[in-house]
Amino acid sequence: MIRRLWPIIRKEFLHLLRDPRSLLLMFLLPVFMLILFGYAVSFDVKNIPLAVYDQDNSTASRAFIERFTRNGYFNLVEKMRSDNDIPDRLDSGKARVILNIPDDFSKRLQAQETAKIQILVDGSDPNWASSALAYINSILQTYQQDRIRAVFIKRGSLLTLPIDLITRIWYNETLRSLNFFIPGLICVILMQMSATLTSLTIVSEKEQGTMEALVVSPIRKNELMLGKVLPYVIIAFLDVILVTGIGVFWFGVPFKGSVVFLLFSSFVFLLGAMSIGVLVSTNARSSQEAIQVALLTTMLPAILLSGFVFPIENMPLILQAITYVLPARYFLTILRGIFLKGIGLAYLWPEFSALLILSFLILFASVRRFKKRIE
Amino acid sequence: MLDSRLFHFIKKEFIQLLRDPRMLFIALMAPVIQLIVFGYIASTDINHISTVILDEDKSYYSRNYLQSYKNSGYFDFNYYVARPQQIADLIDSGRAKLGLRIAVNFGRKIVRGDTASVQAVIDGSNSSTAAIIQGYINQINFGQVEILLRKKIEKAGSSARNLEPIMVNSRIWYNPELKSLYYMVPAIFAQILMIISMLLTSTAIIKEKERGTMEMLAVTPLKSYELILGKLLPFVIIALFDIVLVLLIATLWFNVWIKGSVFDLFYMGVIFMLTGLGLGIFISTISQTQRQAMMTVIFIILPQIIISGFIFPIANMPKIIQLITYLIPLRYFLEIVRNIFLKGVGINYLWYSVWPMVVFGVVILSLSIIRFRKKID
Repeated sequence: MIRRLWPIIRKEFLHLLRDPRSLLLMFLLPVFMLILFGYAVSFDVKNIPLAVYDQDNSTASRAFIERFTRNGYFNLVEKMRSDNDIPDRLDSGKARVILNIPDDFSKRLQAQETAKIQILVDGSDPNWASSALAYINSILQTYQQDRIRAVFIKRGSLLTLPIDLITRIWYNETLRSLNFFIPGLICVILMQMSATLTSLTIVSEKEQGTMEALVVSPIRKNELMLGKVLPYVIIAFLDVILVTGIGVFWFGVPFKGSVVFLLFSSFVFLLGAMSIGVLVSTNARSSQEAIQVALLTTMLPAILLSGFVFPIENMPLILQAITYVLPARYFLTILRGIFLKGIGLAYLWPEFSALLILSFLILFASVRRFKKRIE
Repeated sequence: MLDSRLFHFIKKEFIQLLRDPRMLFIALMAPVIQLIVFGYIASTDINHISTVILDEDKSYYSRNYLQSYKNSGYFDFNYYVARPQQIADLIDSGRAKLGLRIAVNFGRKIVRGDTASVQAVIDGSNSSTAAIIQGYINQINFGQVEILLRKKIEKAGSSARNLEPIMVNSRIWYNPELKSLYYMVPAIFAQILMIISMLLTSTAIIKEKERGTMEMLAVTPLKSYELILGKLLPFVIIALFDIVLVLLIATLWFNVWIKGSVFDLFYMGVIFMLTGLGLGIFISTISQTQRQAMMTVIFIILPQIIISGFIFPIANMPKIIQLITYLIPLRYFLEIVRNIFLKGVGINYLWYSVWPMVVFGVVILSLSIIRFRKKID
């Protein structure tokens, strides 16, 4: 088998070497993507442009505003003079949160009545807005607690809070979004590599009329498929090492688990992912069709349905059910487990076995679908 | 006009497209499927947070406290455990995202007026979800603190009105329910226009090259601008058709209505396509095979998607990358489309984004056409 497999692998490699630009892009693209992501991507919302309409302009109101600006979450861009300006500031995007403090703010606080304030939030980017709201809420809660405590102290009694909530965040203590995204990104990059690399292999043989030559050769179907998949698996495998290295050494993403397990599961995943490309390619009538189907069946699920950005448990049940047949879902869980939690096969065996079964099923399907004859 | 060379050439291109109905179908359906999947999964409200409970106290107070978490509707109490190690196991394996541990004496301490303690452990691997979970539990905890304090003060006989020093009325503008679709539909527009104009045009031109039919076209009396126009027009039409489809599904299915003018949206889309078509032609002049073209397209599209504000806000990026975004036509288009879509503002509000887009489109398209003509001759 090896004897017949080898020429196919060699042929595919020769194709690649004759096309140095594609080969270069195969290594450049993942690195480029990772670096861009690493620098540009951040869900950590900071420096939110805040405009204030402070009608009270008292020590109390200024202290209140200072709560927003002091830890870098909000950036005071303007003190407005009139409430007519409010719609314009949000419309033009100059400010994304507006704090409107009425003129009786300090008076009411003094009198121990409830002071009312208004906060307007630009909701056009929902992700962003919900983080902003979370900050606002926690700032307001500490402010409330501090005020209550101050009132008690004034009365001469010391306040003991009835409940003290101690929160600890595991795995990613600083809540750095990069730590979450880079392991996921490895999965997305590999998926996208496989879509671009293998989706054209069969269909372009058909289009260029070289299929006949393969059909009359003594090679078997499964050998041909394996021979078409393996060179790309090897290239993408090098990409895994490259991307992991950059993620860990350049961007300082923690790597707590086992390298061997990472490489092994990447290999299994790649086998499945590349087979999807081949499967698409055998079914496609034209290379344009193959490209589009490949992007649709690999990129879309890998980005949207794998849990890369959106948590699976929040999806509607029917979509959750679909995610169970996606290799990306399992691979992503494995990657995050290895990088962030440092867990191994002891915890991840369900995901790993699912990945193993899926990959071989897809490889098997791509062999079955391929008809070694001329239509 | 009707019997001009150009018309017949365009007709031929259309016939060629129609002969490949599967490709056409996929070109039309891909964005639709994407939109529908997106519409269902992209929600920013985090609920069904899988929670593990360790209640060491098992008193009236601890049950009451936990009930307030349950009542919030954010948490699913999936596991009740007896040992702290079990919390760690469930979070390690990913089956729970939050662990709540109530220490012994919780109830007794509250009754005595001491501070009782609760421990929360959050799985922080997804940083944004973790931040939101943290926000929820702080809020619920504060609610409980307030209730207990109020009781304590009322028992002591003083008034409790000052337990709420400030009251906040917060309102969210433009997208009060924080529906992600409002943000993403414009992005899907941009993506359709880019992918169709760049990927499909460049591969269509290269296909002629690969098959050797390009020479045939070059020797016909067709002028090169006619050749380009004929090649591009069918894809422009597919793209516009796609936009209508996406718009219909967004409004009729997901109830996401466009606040500004549909007309503005369309002609901005056409202007934006100039850039994409220009780049598509350019890629076809520098690529020999369809695979090269495809990889080059991805190489050009991906960074644009990442740093244009497509998903990740530009304001969060480092200054140097923020400066680079000014060179990306997609940035302007997204700004325009989102403003038309969400805020309903007109072009007069947006001219500062419109003119760079026009300049980019015209320059890139003309340069590419010049290069293409040289290659043909």
